[in-house]
Amino acid sequence: MTPAAAKSGPATSDAAATAFLNARLVNPASGRDEPGGLVVREGLISDLGPHLRRNAPAGAAVIDCEGHVLAPGLIDCQVFTGDPGQEHRETLKTASFAAAAGGVTTIVCMPDTEPVIDQVALVDYVQRRARERAIVNVRIMAAATRGLKGEEMAEIGLLQRAGAIAFSNGKSSIANTRVMRNVLLYAKDFGALVVHHTEDPYLSAGAAMNSGEVATRIGLPGVNKAAETIVVERDVRLVEITGGRYHAATLSCAESLDVIRKAKARKLPVTCGVSINHLTLNENDIGPYRTFFKVRPPLRAEDDRAAMVRGLAAGDIDVIVSSHDPQDADVKRRPFAEAADGAIGLETLLAAALRLYHNDEIGLLPLLRAMTINPAKLLGLPAGRLEKGAPADLVLFDPDVPWVVDREQLRARSKNSPFDESKLQGRVLRTLVAGDTVYQYGERPRG
Amino acid sequence: MTIAATSSFYFPRRHLLTCEGLSAKEINSLLDLADKAAEVNRQIDKKRDVLRGRTLINLFFEVSTRTQSSFELAGKRLGADVMNMNVSTSSVQKGETLIDTAMTLNAMRPDIIVVRHHAAGAVELLSQKVDCSVINAGDGAHEHPTQALLDALTIRRAKGRLAGLTVAICGDILHSRVARSNIHVLNTLGARVRLVAPSTLLPPAADRLGAEVFTDMWEGLQGCDIVMMLRLQRERMQGAYVPSTREYYHFFGLDHDKLSRAKPDALIMHPGPMNRGVEIASAIADHSRSVIQDQVEMGVAVRMAVLEALARHLPNQ
Repeated sequence: MTPAAAKSGPATSDAAATAFLNARLVNPASGRDEPGGLVVREGLISDLGPHLRRNAPAGAAVIDCEGHVLAPGLIDCQVFTGDPGQEHRETLKTASFAAAAGGVTTIVCMPDTEPVIDQVALVDYVQRRARERAIVNVRIMAAATRGLKGEEMAEIGLLQRAGAIAFSNGKSSIANTRVMRNVLLYAKDFGALVVHHTEDPYLSAGAAMNSGEVATRIGLPGVNKAAETIVVERDVRLVEITGGRYHAATLSCAESLDVIRKAKARKLPVTCGVSINHLTLNENDIGPYRTFFKVRPPLRAEDDRAAMVRGLAAGDIDVIVSSHDPQDADVKRRPFAEAADGAIGLETLLAAALRLYHNDEIGLLPLLRAMTINPAKLLGLPAGRLEKGAPADLVLFDPDVPWVVDREQLRARSKNSPFDESKLQGRVLRTLVAGDTVYQYGERPRG
Repeated sequence: MTIAATSSFYFPRRHLLTCEGLSAKEINSLLDLADKAAEVNRQIDKKRDVLRGRTLINLFFEVSTRTQSSFELAGKRLGADVMNMNVSTSSVQKGETLIDTAMTLNAMRPDIIVVRHHAAGAVELLSQKVDCSVINAGDGAHEHPTQALLDALTIRRAKGRLAGLTVAICGDILHSRVARSNIHVLNTLGARVRLVAPSTLLPPAADRLGAEVFTDMWEGLQGCDIVMMLRLQRERMQGAYVPSTREYYHFFGLDHDKLSRAKPDALIMHPGPMNRGVEIASAIADHSRSVIQDQVEMGVAVRMAVLEALARHLPNQ
């Protein structure tokens, strides 16, 4: 919550402290996973470690974690809302409720709004709205080009000063190579990160899904995954000549990942992300034209999904995003090719990710690393770590408890979840932002 | 102001095409001569007859007001007949090639042609096809020698020297012929050159030209003696190289805050025409340390010196 809320507690320092005892402290930043406890004071982590497993500081309020996992709150660097302009899909407030319920304590909002976040006044507006209404931290990824048109650079320097933490062309690629080069070159002067959706717009025009056998059988126009790799390859070449910091937003196939891996080996300032959908779903899930599985980039074949998971485990993929993209029934309940892209994911992010852990595809620490310390480092945020002095943005979760997703129970305003009716394991019990509980399992949302 | 009076004068060239390759001795000879021309220009009778009977053609393929009028005035003060040829009124509009234009003009038997052209190298090409002297008044993003010479003269008159001074050239280096000519002259005369611009307005390998490169203007102006601003053309500030006029002014416009990083007696220069509120704050342009008007005055003097120096090598029969 806001610093103001943290300050409203009792005056004495002992009474202001809250101790989380009997926890399984999982800190991806240090690689430690051990029994212990953690003390929160004035919105920050004031102490932590095995010595706090049973004993709280005198006077502190005590919360028994019952051996559950206490980890840094998740940081989701790709969240689309409809605020401003499409509030019927999602507002900052409803997105933040969904985030809190999913253990996500920082959401990075994408510039694809109406109007596009390409001006200082809009950054100010969204930040103010978020302060007033959102219950988790909201950071802004501003537009790299005006109107996300990929033609003219946005005011990267002024937007950064206003608070934008990175620059993206949203759901579209910058097709013009010269513009992309200049964006990277210009952003470099400000140390700004350029986040790019990698999909050649000419190759992908009109495509409804991944090309291949499945698309052919069900008669849908497909796009070859090379449309992604071509852009990644081009971008890496541009990073090489400009030195700009570059992050491929959501990769979906082995070939793209290979390009990034090689770029990293050459010490280029390149990172990449993957959406939870591409780690846990594949094109076969589309089945009988289920539009909740229509996403961008499209779901790929199973071997590509497996390659994404391996890349994550190997550390080649830096971050996992929900790519939370609320779409209402009007645009989803249509023939597949005409339906909107996008899936919500904030509330199911952690549980869906834990599917990989339960399948022994990745350890808990590397899995959480991609949703905590890695995005924090990428975006220069102080959160994402269990450390004295770090913000007390925390998630307490039971990694094992099974549950079935019911989209009507989700807090997001739009209900387009590809995990509807899925059996997941792992439940968020409590979410804290700056020491304040913003979500507790079984309690109705406030506000 | 006559060369005979200055025994150490040295400028053994028929054309002035570039600053690259000019020796310190040649540059100083021109500046010494220009100093004298500046004296003459402040007298009531400015007319001299060094170029009497000579024909000077101003051949401008790009629109210019100040450079063209400066050359025109310089030529007239030295007694030459001056003809201005602008692209809008010339046969180039009718499809004539550069070389045909040169040959046509050559047949009119001019003594000196002053050429400005939008293509780098065009002036040199033209100089190979004519019998007279040629002065480069700006070719593309290549060179603008008389601008760099007038800048050097302005600095020398204000500071007494160039050696050891730190000069920050700020703005659109990528497209600037002024910057390139200045880098050569300033380096030759022993000044330290800094280039200050966003990366999008810096040419590749800018650091290899004998200059230190800065993308942060506050850092780039730290402790410098001269702040030389460059013009940013409007079509380049709408998102292609720079996001907007507003952002450019914020990070690369010369205002009091950035200027305070330079030495307290730092001079402010601009080749003109200025975009007030884009690359330079209006108050800074009119600042007591601004020598922008002096640059214009020295422009006529330097061009007189160049014309006189070249006239020495013209055939007399």
